Parts: sequence; structure tokens; C-alpha cells
Amino acid sequence: MTGFRPSLRRAPTTDPVLGKRPFDLLCLTMAFVLLVHAAHLPLWLTGALAVVLAARWRQRRRGGRNAPAWIKLPLIGLLLGAVVMQNGTLFGREPGSAFAVGLLVLKLLESEHRRDARVGIAFACFALMSALLFDQGLVASFFVCLGIVPALATLRSLEEIDPQGTSLAGEFKPVLLALLAAVPLSLFAFLFVPRLSTPLWGAPQNAASTTGLSNRLAPGEMMELMTDDTPALRVTFAGPPPANAERYFRAFTMQWFDGKAWAPGFRNARRPPAPAEYGAQTVYEVSVEPTHDRVVPMLDLPMAAPPDTAMRADHTVLAQKRIDEVTSFPGLAATRYRLEATLDDDVRRENLLLPMGVGPRARALAASWAQRYGNDPQAIARAALAMFHANFSYTLAAPPLGQDRIDDFLFGTREGYCEHFASTFTFLMRAAGLPARVVTGYQGGYWNANARYLLVRRSDAHAWSEVWLEGRGWVRFDPTAAVRPERVQLGAAAANAGHGGNDGLFDMAWLRNLRDRWDVVNQWWNRGVIGFDALRQQGLLQPFGIARAESSELVAIFAVGCALLVAVALGWALFQRHEGDALDASMRRLQRKLARVGVVRRTGEGPKHFLARAARALPGQRNALERLGELYLRSRYGHDEPPPESVIRFRREVKEFKARRVVK
Amino acid sequence: MPPQVQRLVAWAERRLPSLTRLRHAEPLPILLHRRRIYIVPTGFGMGFSLLLAVMLVGALNYANNAALMLTCLLGAAASGSMLVAFRVLNGLTIGGVRAGTARAGEAVRVSIDVAASQRERMAVRLDVAGREFAFVVPDGGTATVEFELPAEFRGWLALPRMRLHSRWPFGLFRAWSWLHPDRNVLVYPRPEAHGPKPFEPRGDADRGRPRPGDEPAALREYRAGDPRRQIAWKLSARHHGLLVKDLEQPAPQEDWRLDWDGMHGLDDESRIARLTRWIDEARDAGRRWSLRLPDAYFDVAQGDEHYHRCMTALALRP
Repeated sequence: MTGFRPSLRRAPTTDPVLGKRPFDLLCLTMAFVLLVHAAHLPLWLTGALAVVLAARWRQRRRGGRNAPAWIKLPLIGLLLGAVVMQNGTLFGREPGSAFAVGLLVLKLLESEHRRDARVGIAFACFALMSALLFDQGLVASFFVCLGIVPALATLRSLEEIDPQGTSLAGEFKPVLLALLAAVPLSLFAFLFVPRLSTPLWGAPQNAASTTGLSNRLAPGEMMELMTDDTPALRVTFAGPPPANAERYFRAFTMQWFDGKAWAPGFRNARRPPAPAEYGAQTVYEVSVEPTHDRVVPMLDLPMAAPPDTAMRADHTVLAQKRIDEVTSFPGLAATRYRLEATLDDDVRRENLLLPMGVGPRARALAASWAQRYGNDPQAIARAALAMFHANFSYTLAAPPLGQDRIDDFLFGTREGYCEHFASTFTFLMRAAGLPARVVTGYQGGYWNANARYLLVRRSDAHAWSEVWLEGRGWVRFDPTAAVRPERVQLGAAAANAGHGGNDGLFDMAWLRNLRDRWDVVNQWWNRGVIGFDALRQQGLLQPFGIARAESSELVAIFAVGCALLVAVALGWALFQRHEGDALDASMRRLQRKLARVGVVRRTGEGPKHFLARAARALPGQRNALERLGELYLRSRYGHDEPPPESVIRFRREVKEFKARRVVK
Repeated sequence: MPPQVQRLVAWAERRLPSLTRLRHAEPLPILLHRRRIYIVPTGFGMGFSLLLAVMLVGALNYANNAALMLTCLLGAAASGSMLVAFRVLNGLTIGGVRAGTARAGEAVRVSIDVAASQRERMAVRLDVAGREFAFVVPDGGTATVEFELPAEFRGWLALPRMRLHSRWPFGLFRAWSWLHPDRNVLVYPRPEAHGPKPFEPRGDADRGRPRPGDEPAALREYRAGDPRRQIAWKLSARHHGLLVKDLEQPAPQEDWRLDWDGMHGLDDESRIARLTRWIDEARDAGRRWSLRLPDAYFDVAQGDEHYHRCMTALALRP
């Protein structure tokens, strides 16, 4: 007797010591946490923690117990010191997660009892989630979710009475089944848990360097991009997609050249968007992968700023907030346009500036063109393009340039890629007296015919020039196209064929197809899961006629839906298969009928006795009951298995039997 | 207790039989069903749900949908485990209580059968007599729990209320049901430590002394002083030493007639303790005995059945 204490719990006995199996699973969970964090932890820290984990596992397997304090305390101090040394601080996403994962692994050193294991598992779940703050892509999320399996298996084996009986894989199967059963409820919760339209506290500062285009064009800076095959944009078009040669996505314009690198000019931000006239239009939607930057590459030439963005004078578009997650913008582009037909003097001057002492030979060349073609600016540009076409070659493995980048490229190496061509071309145009600027962005992209969208990778990054022509405004000139037309007509992959390192592999058709499909899945994940924000949630009920679901409605639906799911689950939990066969089922039915008129079968009362008693109690139906009793007994005891025809007959007679209360 | 509270308790007794430990004893077998299985989160379950709440707020704040999905998945799996815990107990049958014999002051061994007609039930725990017993009930089979109950007094010892519970599968929820089987275990009285022998009609003088008899009872080595006529010559010829026919026999044991009223100046409990000791001694010595109590008489007999009948009568003396 536990006594009449008011609490329902017994006084805790001594905490049971962890068995071998729970400890193995605990170690596995920690290894998983370490693995999903390995992507952003410094390599040496991952390695060191893995060594600690393996050593502890081995030590306990050999019968060792808690590590003494003189090992634990210095290790914690060491971890703290290392994290602070590496990051300069303990606060923030990277150092915080590094410290947390480290502590979690060190906690293993003193995990001896069930309580330790439970605490460890709970925080492992938290650490798994924190890995998603770094990368919530499909693959990363999948691995993190997979990490729940050993965690729950650990909890399960803590409860098991004899955990050694089952194999390690046998521990995972029930957990996987439980997770599978949890999927409907979790999906429902995911859809209907009201999202916050504004965060409660500051979103994490992203220390990661911007990935994608930068607003500087310096030699080599683009190189990193051009070999990076991760997706940058996905574009869906309302109509047919534009031809490959028309797919210019404008991100930055650069007016300021210091002889080495191009940078944006000073006047761009302060002016309103330059006036423009538009011809044919394309309606599309661009979904931008996280860049941790504000720029939104838009199809040339953007006509208006999408919501939550602003357009600058050069018709480049900046979002109001940094793009930290996949974000979609609706776009409207004019493929034929006249941009800034009249040019301010200030702007003209800015676009003619050349750094002192750079490219004397280039200047001389440009001056000779200016002299020869006089007031035909297009002829000057054509001359430059013709020169590129005749004497230059396209390669990603451009030889290094000397002190004077312009002259060295024009008259020396004559090999390079878009960056070199755009930079040199713009320089030449300015030297010839034509206002010109460098534009960077993306060009081309891969048309995914399965899902009908354009996939633009980072390797599609491109640089080109715009020259201001009297009466025509800013006109796009792409010197790279003059050197290697495939780059513009077929895309970066075609242009780089035979030049880059990793492209031969991707030429195989089946592999390309596979990559297409994989990208569709990624796209689906990005749009459907990661991009499911407060706005999309409000539109969730549109098919049911509610244009904008308020969060109170969402909560109500969430509650109702949860109640429904709980009802289904309760039905499952309460469902009890009745024992016995069809004959027993019919007998139970008869019992229910008789119970309604007050003849209840007693525990331990046999069928014969029970039906005889019922016949006595209900004299009006004596005959029927006696027949039923005889039929039952004959079916039940006359054979090894009740013959089907008598079962059917018994069932029919039970069905027809109507119990009438005796009127006394 | 004010009448309202009494009514409330009575209602709780009636409607929520297992929530209240005040439940009346119920006949075996006990079938556990949804009306008598209760579930609450364990301490760890509370902590875990707090953690889930923190994860939820974090995921919502950082608009991190993958993290939100992870949280939802964990939460759904955790709440699903509540039903699993319920299903561990639902449909269990408790029956087959067996008890050994014990005397007051000793511990009585009790075993209880827990049977499941469907599904294997993992990690069922039974709290009884201050201990926790964990066992697995196989599908369609029976698990037997054996425990010892301290028995302090003679007479009927009611089985204590016990709690059948389970934290399966993740230890987040505890499903439990209180059991109070209507089953008593008989505890025999404790014999007194020492005391006089019962009064015997023939007096004590030559009780138990060996007397010469007519029939040889056994053979033994010759000892100096043995009469010659008792030597078994023929048998001795085949042996190294002389063998002697031992004709001595113990006195045939008198039947003990034990009488409640035969003891004067003792209170009831002392009489019971003394009679218990005598009956024990009689049985150990293979003696026959009769027992007269104020309201019963057991005629001269011996054997286990007689012993248990007498002991039961003594145990149940008011």
C-alpha cells in the first residue's frame, strides 16, 4: 500500500542507471546532432567533439563510470575558450550553437542515470532545431527530422524493461511508425498555427557573407559565383518564356571605376527612377533564394517596383528587407524600351569619368575610333565589338592581369570572361566620349520543361554594358556575346564547356533530367514549406470563400481540426477487437437484446444456463429462445469449427429475434 | 465533511472509480477500460512540453518553417504517445490472485495474474506494497507478479489498493488505474515463543520413554550390556561385528486434546497463540490432535487438511 498521500506520484526511488542500449542510442543521438551541425561548426571543433563522444562511448562500454570533475571542468573551460577564441564572443548564432552542441556532447561524460539521458535528449531536440536556423533547405531539414528517430528511440528504450531483447534496428521501427502516425496532425498544425506577422524579438543577424552578386565588380570576385551551381532565382512566366538571348536579369549598375574595380555611382540612389517608354511586356514572377542582401534581380527592363521594394534611378530594384529566406516578387518587364532618353549633365559626367593614368593605349584606341566614326556612336560600339570578336577568346581560366588592367587585357592576354569584357568595353566607350556603365546580374538560365520555370543558377551571373545613345537612351551591349555567342544564346554551361572543371559530368542527359526533377522538388519545398508565411497562410482559406483568414479564424480551424484528429485517434485507441468468431458476435448481439429487457448474462454463466434462464424470464419467447440455445450449442460444441451454414442461420435468427419485455 | 463534499466524493466514487483511491473493493477479474484509466503528463513530459513551447515560439519568431515543422512533428508524436500509453492498459484483465500461507508477523506471498487478450503490452508497472514491479504482458498471454505483503495480524488480510500504470512509450505520459481487488488473504495466528506442554491424561512421568516391545524394530551394532538373546546371530555371521535386534520402541504418542476452556487465567490472544503452538508441535511430531473451541469442535485427526481447518478457525477467532 502506498499510503494515502495526496500526490499521485510515488516518492522517487533512486534513479535507475542507464543500460547499455539506452546509452548507445543516446550516443547515437548526440552524434546525429553533431553531424547536422557539422556544416557550420569549425572542423576542429567537430573533430574534437567526435573524439570525446567516441571515447566516452568506449569507456562506458568497458564498464567505466562518470568522468571525474578534473576531466569535465577543464573540458568545459576549453570549449568555452575555444568558442570565444573562434568567434570573439559567446553570443550570436554561430558561437551559441557551437557552445550548445559542445555542452551537449560533454554532458555525455556525466550521463549515468535515466534523468541525465532525458535531459540530454530534450536538449538534443532543441539543438536539432537550432541547426535549421542555418539551413532550412530540403536536404538539411530531412536530416534534422531524421535526428528525431534516435532521440525518441532513446526515450523509448529508457522505458523498456529488457532493452537488450530487440535489435538496434528493432528500436527504430516503432519510432518511425509513431512518427508516421504523427504526420497528419503535424501537417495540420503546420498549416494552421498562426504565423507572426512581426517577430517578437530581433531576427538573428546573419554573419554569413553575402552569397550571390555583390555591388562591386572586381577581378576574380565573380569567379566564385561562376563556378557555383546552386540556384539563385526561379522564374515563372505568365506567357511563353523569353528567348535565351533576352533573359537578362538586372541587379546592379556601376558607374565608378578606380582602375581596378567597378562600384555603384553616387547619384543613383538619390534620383527617382529614370523615365522610360516601354514596348512589349512580359509578366512573370521571380522567386529569389536567400542572399542576405536586398537586391532583387529583375528581368530587363523592370517597369515598376514590386510590392515591398523600391526602384532606383537605374531601374534596379531593392527590397525593403534583406532577403533571408526564399521570397517571391511579381514582375513586369519590357523587352523593348527606351530608358532615360535625355541625360542630365551630372549623370552624363558621372558616366564619362575615367581614372587618371589608367589605360593610355586604350584611350588612344578609343580616340582613334571617335575620330574615324565621328558622330556615329553605334559605329564606335560596333568597332569595339568587332575587335573583341576577332581577337579575343572566352575562358573562365583567365590569366592574371598586370598593373594596368585595361591595357594589359586589351593588348596582352586577350582572354577572359564577361567581367573583363564588360569592364574593358565600358572603359573604351567612355574614352570614346560615350556615357557608359557596367551592369551586373544574371543572364540565361535553364528552362525546366517539366515544371515550366526558368532556373537561374549563380553560375549564370553575368556582366554587360549599357551605353547611352542620343535618342535611344541606355542601350545594352554585351561584349561577351561578341566573343562567345553561345554564352548568351545557350547559357553559361554551354559557354564554359571545356573550360571549367566540373561540367562534363553535367552534360549527361539522364543526369540533367535527374537534376531537373531534384530542382523541382527543391522549388516545391522552398515555395510550399519555407515560403509559407503569414500572408500565404491568410490565403489558405481562399478555396472556401474566405479571402483573408484572420488569426482568430485560423485558431478556430486549428482547434476544430485538432479535435477531429483527436477523435480519430481516440477511435483507434478505444477500438477493441472482440474476441471470438462470427458465432460469438451473434451471441453478443443476442445478449445485448436480452440485456435491454433485463436478462443480463452473469459472469461465468454458460450459454446453456443463460438461455434457459432467459426462456424462463420471457415465457412469451420461450420457444424462440430454446431454439436459439439449441442452435448455438450445436454449432459451438457439435463441431471443431462451427459450420458456416449454421452460423449464418444463427445470425439470421438472432437478427429476427425481438425481445419483448414481460408485462407483469 | 460537509454534505456537498460527501456527495461529490460519492459521485466521484461512482463515476470515476479509479481516480479516487477510495474506491471500494471490486470482485475479480477486473477489466481495465476507458472509464477507469487516467492519464497525466509525467514531470519529464511537462518539461518536454515546455521545451516544445520554446521551440514553437522560436520557430515562429524567426519565421523558420522547417523548424516549425520539426516542432509540430515532435509535438504530434508526443501527443500520440498519450494514446499509446492508454492502449497499454486498456483491456488488461487482472485476475487469478493466489496467496501462500503466512503467520502474523511474517510476509505473505501473493501473486497476481495480469492478462491481455490482444496486443503485447510493454512496460506495465504495478505499484504494490511500496515496490514497483515492471513486466511485459505477452499478446494473448498472462504475466504474473509476485510480491510479499507484510502481515501483522491474524485473520483476513485485505489486498491493498494497488496502482497499475505505464509510461510507455516515451515516458512523457503516465496512464494509471487504481485497483482494489475484493480478495482477502488468510493470515494464521502467531504461535507463542515458548510455554508449557498441553495437559495429557496419562501424566508426564514416562511420556516418550522407550519401552521394550515384542517386535524387532531395527538392527544396530552391539553395545556392551546388550542381552544375548537379542543378538541376531544369523545376520551377524554375515557381518564383521555383532548385530543386535533392537526391540525398544518409543511410547505411542498420545492424542492431544486441545481445549480452549482448558486454559485458565489467559486472555483470548494468549490462548490462541498457545493453541497455535501446540497444533504446530503436534503436526511436527506426527501426533493426532483434537481442538475444542467455544463455538467449534474438530475431532481427533491429523494431516494438512485438519491442520489448516484448525488454523483457520483460530485465525478467525474474534
